[in-house]
Amino acid sequence: MTLWIWVLGACVAAYAIKLAGYLLPQSLLDRPVFGELAGALTVGLLTSLTVMNTVGKGQGIALDSRLLALAAGAIALKLRAPYIVVVIAGALASAIGRRAGLP
Amino acid sequence: MFSRFTPAMRMGTSIAIAVGVYGISFGALSVTAGLNVWQTCALSALMFTGGSQFAFIGVIGSGGTGAAAWAAATLLGVRNGVYGMQLKSLIRPPARRIPLMAQLTIDESTATATAQDHHDERVRGFWTAGVGVYVMWNGFTLIGALAGNALGDPAMWGLDGAAVAAFLGLLWPRLHAKDPIALAVVAALATIITLPLVPPGIPVLIAAAVTAGWWAWRRRAAEAVAE
Repeated sequence: MTLWIWVLGACVAAYAIKLAGYLLPQSLLDRPVFGELAGALTVGLLTSLTVMNTVGKGQGIALDSRLLALAAGAIALKLRAPYIVVVIAGALASAIGRRAGLP
Repeated sequence: MFSRFTPAMRMGTSIAIAVGVYGISFGALSVTAGLNVWQTCALSALMFTGGSQFAFIGVIGSGGTGAAAWAAATLLGVRNGVYGMQLKSLIRPPARRIPLMAQLTIDESTATATAQDHHDERVRGFWTAGVGVYVMWNGFTLIGALAGNALGDPAMWGLDGAAVAAFLGLLWPRLHAKDPIALAVVAALATIITLPLVPPGIPVLIAAAVTAGWWAWRRRAAEAVAE
């Protein structure tokens, strides 16, 4: 039962954060410096998410078949493949790695 | 029908399919971590931000408290606030749309919108990706939660690799110049260094803080050169 409270509490917090971004005054958002910072933060966040999904394991690092997925995704992107092909390439690479016995 | 879609709608649909199917992995992992089917579906329907959802069940699954799970999920959701600011200044949505837009404000809808060059395409990209991911993600969460352990380890199906490629695909178009590449290297280092040191979900925020610091420092250096 207590788990329900934390589940719903986390859902409320997630929505409040999403909404908060929209409630900032437009005049503040119109300052060019803000757009620059937001662009930089997006690159930082997406990089961090990519790295975390590639090597993160709980509180720690694990090098495994996900590295193959990263390489396959990069190759697909370099070849200008459509997004869905990039994602499938990543899934195939790590599935093949695992079935070949890699961690 | 697909051929009548605009480029933004096609990109949004692709992302919705690719990322939505990954919901099966979330559903399966969530019940394995100890949440029931309803709690699992509540997270996808109400929280609806994949990174935070995985952080939540990751903490619970590794024996952490509900409070720790709440904190990890909430901190990881902070970026959605940043996305909201970006989307507001980019799209300038009417006030009545904002409550719904806010719920659909996630990595994929923001990335699809910001990748377009024109206002109407940005709007179409946002809604296609947002609604598309919402429908797919919730449907596949339910399937994954019901299939649960029967599915076996989602990693055997390469679903963790799909997530890696999905995030790389969102990042890739932004690495078009020297400055963003330097930023990405800094963020990657900050993430790798802090992954073993702090609880799951927190490295992303440290990386964001380091990125902002690096950006401010570069900006000041550029201004000094200009003077």
